Amino acid sequence: MTALTWHQLDRPHHGAHVTATVSTQDRPHGLSLALKAISLAFGQRRVLHTLNLQVAAGQFVAVVGRSGCGKSTLLRLLAGLVQPSSGQVTLDGQPVQAADGSPDHPVRLMFQEARLLPWKSVIANVMLGLQGTDARVRALQALQSVDLADRADEWPTVLSGGQRQRVALARALVHVPRVLLLDEPLGALDALTRREMQALVGDLCRARGLTVVLVTHDIAEAVALADRVILLEHGAVAVDVDVAEHLPGRREDHPLVLAALEHQLLQRVLSGAPASAEAPTAT
Amino acid sequence: MQQRLYRLSAWLPVLLLLVGWHYAAQSDWLSARVLPAPLAVLKVFVALAASGELLVHLQASAARALAGLVIGGGLGFLLGVLTGVWRPAELLLDSSVQMLRNIPPLAMTPLVILWFGIDETAKVFIVAIGTFFPLYLNTFHGIRSVDRALVEMARSYGVRGVNLYWQVILPGALPNILVGLRFALGFMWVLLIVAETLAAPSGIGYLTMNAREFMQTDVVLVGILLYALLGKLADVLASLLERHFLRWQSPGALKGGAA
Repeated sequence: MTALTWHQLDRPHHGAHVTATVSTQDRPHGLSLALKAISLAFGQRRVLHTLNLQVAAGQFVAVVGRSGCGKSTLLRLLAGLVQPSSGQVTLDGQPVQAADGSPDHPVRLMFQEARLLPWKSVIANVMLGLQGTDARVRALQALQSVDLADRADEWPTVLSGGQRQRVALARALVHVPRVLLLDEPLGALDALTRREMQALVGDLCRARGLTVVLVTHDIAEAVALADRVILLEHGAVAVDVDVAEHLPGRREDHPLVLAALEHQLLQRVLSGAPASAEAPTAT
Repeated sequence: MQQRLYRLSAWLPVLLLLVGWHYAAQSDWLSARVLPAPLAVLKVFVALAASGELLVHLQASAARALAGLVIGGGLGFLLGVLTGVWRPAELLLDSSVQMLRNIPPLAMTPLVILWFGIDETAKVFIVAIGTFFPLYLNTFHGIRSVDRALVEMARSYGVRGVNLYWQVILPGALPNILVGLRFALGFMWVLLIVAETLAAPSGIGYLTMNAREFMQTDVVLVGILLYALLGKLADVLASLLERHFLRWQSPGALKGGAA
């Protein structure tokens, strides 16, 4: 579980950029996350139900589940955007603070849509909220790490969907976060762009040793990217699979194991009762 | 070539009208009192311009128009921002403003004359009322239609306070604000014409009304054509502003347009 390098996706094109960027700055380490007996209700609706989850520093966790299972709420909880009704969320042992946008906040959130400001150039978007005289240089470095440095002065409207998400990723990474929360950031992309983005996100996050929580409805994506896959059902952890344990070595070498894992998880999701049915306890 | 032809064809009706007008006047079919020949109008225009009289009137009119626009439009913009970003202000003010909006500014003229007499203040006031509403309405709607997802994103990156308005909310509302400005510029001239024909010691409206007294139809025509030109000028100005400030809306414009 501690070995982070066991699955370096083989992407020489981006790999060159990744090593170049990492060597120029200190390699930050992710923070560990802990959710203890979290319950959360919006009015009458219980979204999370005594949820317990521990994520080690630098771990890449994917959270899957039917829509309405509480996975997006879990992410907003980690970002400090919502408060639990009971229980405690801690980052590295400290209670989580609201993502108020202070420059050194360790948590960054990436949305399903890129959310770029259309009236600002690509680089100005990456520089948003960035302070210091070297802001432009750092923004350019971040753009380089997503392979878009040559589009820095263009308007976001001329970029493709995948390129916009790469700019959004650069914008998140330029703040040197220690925890990256991804709310289905690849959901709206076409299949091919999606594969490329998956590799890029995996590479960049692992190279920086970030703790990542990826929320996705795509189980294949979860299995391909994450060290660990969590299935949420009725607001609690129903399945917790350590993918690393199943797959020692490079992940590409075991397509059958991957497929089997994906199949098992999918069957498990489908066998569960629909999230809309009122069920007070998880299985 | 084809595109140039298309563009030129827009001037064809104007040209035909001028030619028809010219021959109608020359053949005495049109009396000079009804409609003087285009060349005669041009001659008067040149004479008025040479004597400096035209410039004096133009300046007087432009000063009134601009003062009205700055006061009315500026207040409309500020109030629109206030009601747009601050809910209590919207609750308190918006429905009243929406009610007042339905009063045609020119219906206010008797009241305005009672309040301010017939001096400068009255004219500026009428223009200000007319330009207030388009800017107020469009600023308010512009701010309300700014994508909330973008605001949430900017907040999460630490953009807040004045910075948030300057970098996110105002640019997001700008397309609507500029539409408001365009409407305001149109209203500005219409209202100024009427205000100046009431009573004025100077200005294009005065020029035409004075000429009417002396049956100088050619001078009246100069005044009318001047209004057309000024209106067009304001419109061009507005579209230039739009092209500059909204250049992010048309991709490729940053690289110097189409080659």
